[in-house]
Amino acid sequence: MKLNTNSNVYTVCYAAVMVIIVAFLLAFVASALKETQEANVANDTKGQILSALGYDKATIDVAKVYEEKVKDNLVENGELKPYDGKFNTTYGSLIKNGELHVFTGTTANGETAYVIPVVGRGLWGGLWGYIAVNETKDKVLGTYFYHESETAGLGARIGEKWFQNQFIGKPIFDSENNVALTVVKAGAAQNDNEVDGVTGATLTSKGVAAMVKDGLTAYKDFLIAQDAAAVDATSCCGACEGNCEEGACQEGECQCKKDEVEQ
Amino acid sequence: MSKLFSAENKAAFSNPINLNNPVAVQVLGICSALAVTSQLAPAIVMGLSVTVITAFSNVIISLLRKTIPNRIRIIVQLVVVAALVTIVSQILKAYVYDVSVQLSVYVGLIITNCILMGRLEAFAMQNSPWPSFLDGVGNGLGYALILVIVGFVRELFGFGSLFGFQIIPDSWYVANGGWYMNNGMMVMPAMSLIIVGCVIWAHRSINKEAK
Repeated sequence: MKLNTNSNVYTVCYAAVMVIIVAFLLAFVASALKETQEANVANDTKGQILSALGYDKATIDVAKVYEEKVKDNLVENGELKPYDGKFNTTYGSLIKNGELHVFTGTTANGETAYVIPVVGRGLWGGLWGYIAVNETKDKVLGTYFYHESETAGLGARIGEKWFQNQFIGKPIFDSENNVALTVVKAGAAQNDNEVDGVTGATLTSKGVAAMVKDGLTAYKDFLIAQDAAAVDATSCCGACEGNCEEGACQEGECQCKKDEVEQ
Repeated sequence: MSKLFSAENKAAFSNPINLNNPVAVQVLGICSALAVTSQLAPAIVMGLSVTVITAFSNVIISLLRKTIPNRIRIIVQLVVVAALVTIVSQILKAYVYDVSVQLSVYVGLIITNCILMGRLEAFAMQNSPWPSFLDGVGNGLGYALILVIVGFVRELFGFGSLFGFQIIPDSWYVANGGWYMNNGMMVMPAMSLIIVGCVIWAHRSINKEAK
């Protein structure tokens, strides 16, 4: 018997069977590979955190170095509490729920650092990044940024090292304790807390600026509160890096010449 | 064996690489040729992914060709391609994560690549699986070839590198006191359209006699 492949019944049955087979196949592949994929994403996230700390994630054993150097913490009332739960990769929704993660670790140069995850929006899709701040929480030690779908060769260049390295050593707050670190037009950076944007990618650069500002502002309690506690005479003068007025450190008060540290 | 590699089958394989190149002659799959060619490595991965997917979807459609109801054949082709692409993208994510990050949205775009639908409709629906497979591989490689040429030119002149390795010496750059600057135009998608145009031009003038 020859099948009439043009009959309605045949067409409908064919479509139904095909859809069911394909659905099962895709569901099977997705569930079989899910674990490996999630492990990859987690590993990549750890690599990004290490990258903000100045490691080259392509040349190190990410899982091992992360285990050794980095600890996951939660911010509660401006204090850090160790976090023992499952390693997370979606900080956007966590920050919205008030679950603020901070990673403590040491940079490739051996400095103590706090890594803060930030999320934002670029021109076409989401942006995310990690900002490593120094022990006194007033300067950037390193950053990592990446994106979902920015234009290759333009906005996508925020993922490159030359852009990320510009942030190193920049002060985070202005004299009124507002987040002042920002990205400006390419070539226009003049002040201490300004960073050159990417030529031809104004909107992505603005997205990074907004992400940095919003992200660090969300962590202000942690960044500033700890600051006030840590400011005794010695650490203050230490943070000023010798820029203190003579004798000012003795009474536990300190005026920096550059106003870099505000109490 | 002689039957497997008959003159006809050889032609099914080799024609699309040169004389009937899907990009240069059929002018299919241009959109992705613009999107992924700013650097060489993603261009090659994209070319290989398209080759694998065209070959296997050609085989599957060719096996099913006598059962496919005529009125929904395009939908059947689309489902086969979409399923294959999804599976490939899942496998990339699981085993070569870095590559999948680089390709990101473009893997999904393979589904809409006109080469696939074009070959399924024009070749696999009329031919048996083996020639269809060769036709798929040939078209995929033909497409990959153009991608590699465009990617080579764009990465070399746009970034001064190949496969991410710096080719043009640092000391040539203006920033280091030299005379050379990367061509920012090369990085833009528009430039790859112009390069594809040049490739087509060269291809046609070389093959004037052969046709």
